[in-house]
Amino acid sequence: MDALVTFLQRVTPDFLQGIVTTLYLTVVALTLGVVIGLPAALARVYGPRWLHNLAVTYIEIFRGTPLLVQLFVVYYGLPAIGSLFGLPGVGITLGRLPAAFVTLGLNSGAYQAEYFRGAIQAVGSGQMTAARALGMTKMQAIIYIILPQALRLAIPAWSNEAVSMIKYTAIVFLIAVPDIMGKAKILAGRYFNPIEIYIAVALIYLVLVTIATWLVHILERRLAVPEYHLESARH
Amino acid sequence: MSEMTPSSKLPIVRIESLYKAYQGTEVLKGISMAVQEQDVVVIIGPSGTGKSTLLRCINLLAIPDKGQIWLDDIEVTAPHTNIDKVRQRIGMVFQEFNLFNHLTALNNVTIGMTRVLKMKSKEAQEKAMWELERVGLVDKAALFPAQLSGGQKQRVAIARALGMNPEVMLFDEPTSALDPELIGEVLNVMQKLAYEGMTMLVVTHEMGFAREVSDRIVFMEKGVIVEEGPPKQLFYNPKFERTRDFLWKITELYGKDEEKKS
Repeated sequence: MDALVTFLQRVTPDFLQGIVTTLYLTVVALTLGVVIGLPAALARVYGPRWLHNLAVTYIEIFRGTPLLVQLFVVYYGLPAIGSLFGLPGVGITLGRLPAAFVTLGLNSGAYQAEYFRGAIQAVGSGQMTAARALGMTKMQAIIYIILPQALRLAIPAWSNEAVSMIKYTAIVFLIAVPDIMGKAKILAGRYFNPIEIYIAVALIYLVLVTIATWLVHILERRLAVPEYHLESARH
Repeated sequence: MSEMTPSSKLPIVRIESLYKAYQGTEVLKGISMAVQEQDVVVIIGPSGTGKSTLLRCINLLAIPDKGQIWLDDIEVTAPHTNIDKVRQRIGMVFQEFNLFNHLTALNNVTIGMTRVLKMKSKEAQEKAMWELERVGLVDKAALFPAQLSGGQKQRVAIARALGMNPEVMLFDEPTSALDPELIGEVLNVMQKLAYEGMTMLVVTHEMGFAREVSDRIVFMEKGVIVEEGPPKQLFYNPKFERTRDFLWKITELYGKDEEKKS
């Protein structure tokens, strides 16, 4: 046990860079996810038919296929995408990190869209009706009445997504992004003791996830409206 | 309470042969009526008769299939009418209150003034406090909807509508979702508004209010207006048997705890 602790102390500095990369991936993916997911949710709920369908198609594709497949399609597939259409040599080549950002961002966006949609619908149609009756445009009603409530209601589901994203990022080591897992692979090769290394990895993820859970909990309490919960949001 | 509004004056709301169907079911089948300024018109009738739909058509929360609606000299139903502008001039109070849950009572009243009427925040707050005073809720200004009783919520909703300085107020069964002991406080506020000269269209089952406060009662059934006239006429001398039957039934049903409410 002492040997494990000593070892963990020795390798922790080596992991630091990996931790930074993992957090960087998480933050960018979640941010992209909001930027994509919120409009997608609004399009799904309030958009005209075609926009609604577009949003649903995007959401279903990214929720219906494995993240790893998405990553491989983006990283290995997009550079040669032209050959599918009889245009060999035409494609989009992304570096490792950009490919990771794009994949995780689009994937998270699809899940976040569904969380936001659920929250928007939980706000209740009466709020929109009352806002429109005051003379607000649909856009004003969404911005000033619907979203302030929906975003609060979305926090519990969203915080799950945030916490999960820390762990989902681990797959990017398969395209050789040097995140925590990427570092672990290198260190395991260097020290020949994969068990200790992966225990260290598990502990690092556990600490990160615990901190993240704690942070979103604080956020949730800061933004709370007195006695306003999902149950009371029907009217 | 206007005695005999001069007929030369343009009605504030005019509805002509209004039709509306929901999924093939005709809800309104050719409604025509006019409301003069300062009139208090109560619409009564069995449920499912289209009373709420009629109110919702006036500010186009429901889109009529056929017919015209005018607000003053503006045709609400004309294709190029800016409906948001029309809605600013029409206050609406809902059965389910629909207060904005994330805002305090005060900000429920100010948000329309600041965002729609573009009033300065300070000016809006002063006016909002005055509107809350009118409904007797100044001391609740800082509370959120979930911290208010049903009757208080509905009074805030009335203040919210009043804040926009509406020319007409529509009340869609404003007391139907309330516990019996809370109905009185809302009716009192409405009665006060009526005496102050507010033009009001009220869908309600409160026959006491209809009899004492309204200038005119409109009895609707199955999408048409059966009969309309001053309360005395409808209550004591209705032209149609259906009107008499309905009034008798509804008074029997709702009239019992009238004394408690007033």
